[in-house]
Amino acid sequence: MKTVNMENRSLVTIANHSKERILYLLEMAKEFEKKPNRRLLAEKVVATLFFEPSTRTRLSFETAANRLGARVIGFTDPKVTSSSKGETLKDTIMMVSNYADIIVMRHYLEGAARYASEIAPVPIVNAGDGANQHPSQTMLDLYSIYKTQGTLENLNIYLVGDLKYGRTVHSLLMAMRHFNPTFHFIAPTELKMPEEYKLYCKEHSIKYIEHTDFTEDTIADADILYMTRVQRERFTDLMEYERVKDTYILNSRMLEKTRPNLRILHPLPRVNEITYDVDESPKAYYFQQAQNGLYAREAILCDVLGITLDEVRADTNR
Amino acid sequence: MSDKKELQVAALKNGTVIDHIPSDRLFTVVSLLDLKHMDTNITIGNNFESKKLGKKGIIKIADRFFTDEEISKLSVVAPNVKLNIIRDYEVVEKKQVVMPDELKGIVKCNNPKCITNNEPMQTWFHVIDKEKGLLKCHYCEKEQLKDNIKLL
Ligand SMILES: [Zn+2]
Repeated sequence: MKTVNMENRSLVTIANHSKERILYLLEMAKEFEKKPNRRLLAEKVVATLFFEPSTRTRLSFETAANRLGARVIGFTDPKVTSSSKGETLKDTIMMVSNYADIIVMRHYLEGAARYASEIAPVPIVNAGDGANQHPSQTMLDLYSIYKTQGTLENLNIYLVGDLKYGRTVHSLLMAMRHFNPTFHFIAPTELKMPEEYKLYCKEHSIKYIEHTDFTEDTIADADILYMTRVQRERFTDLMEYERVKDTYILNSRMLEKTRPNLRILHPLPRVNEITYDVDESPKAYYFQQAQNGLYAREAILCDVLGITLDEVRADTNR
Repeated sequence: MSDKKELQVAALKNGTVIDHIPSDRLFTVVSLLDLKHMDTNITIGNNFESKKLGKKGIIKIADRFFTDEEISKLSVVAPNVKLNIIRDYEVVEKKQVVMPDELKGIVKCNNPKCITNNEPMQTWFHVIDKEKGLLKCHYCEKEQLKDNIKLL
């Protein structure tokens, strides 16, 4: 068996990934899209530890592991909350490290994955740590953009809805810094893009324009429309919520003036921010986007275990 | 109290004098430098008049010289303290506290949802801006100003 230096192979965040590294992982995802079923992780055990439930993410990772021939162990513990904790995270991680070759973990506490990666003898994949990072979501978003636009360079990306608390839009914004994007931030005043991310844009020469209105004219030049949920509980002023709740809803009529290459993304689950008539449009891409998560996660699992793009390309086993 | 006794307290042959400590931070400085476990002569004075601070504390430690790393811990609580290095009754060097690039196990993260507040582990901050005292938690990645932060 090949030994790989496990140090720092963990995936905690892609915020610091270089352009080359991001493109490398996307190329690997592309290989898995061509052929998702491989035996690259045969005889490996993948543990999925969900300290907070997230059925979609867990199913996606477990499917990725299964399609790579790995066996999966793990738990989802909806009863574990910050108020009723038992064992320390460290003890759980050390115990599971005895059984598994890789740990995919989701945790309600921020920084949990970073800490786990520092103490675990096996690589950790962060499947979301509180409001902090969710790198596999960002990878699948990038892959979806890359695949539908043929490039990540020079795109007009419109982020719509809750830009204040939306972790996915923040990570996407940071990962896109290498590719000269123009961002449009469309949000109600209460949920607008936080200052720290606008500062980040300035520091990295990322162009952005802010809007509060969301109409067919606003989105006419969009290449990517990234929709998010506007949740009632995020508002301190409920009058404000009532006033804006129907403003950030996309319907098929609004797509009439849009570019032919436009694709609509959404991290799912949606509530009412995209009406069902949009599903029929060839521009609706959110279900395929979720499917891309499988390929992105297959690439992530292989990468953290030290399997290279060349090895994936050379793999011809059925 | 005789003159001789006073002199014994005041004069230091070799060692370090830490001056301009804000009075309310004196005992925090004592604990950060772990003076409790030193067995040389230590004089701790507090509530002396100070033009700059109103009231200040002074610590004199015989035969002990601190590394920059050791004193950098003080930057969080008492960034303006002055250290006088004494050799043979003379001040041979004056030092100021410089904020280090990293703070480990000194301050507490402000974010209640941070792993460091929920797990028996050491905190770890990266100093982003020394002038402003802007710190970033290594774990939850939240940026915070040192003035709003609590000591562990
Ligand atoms: Zn923190």
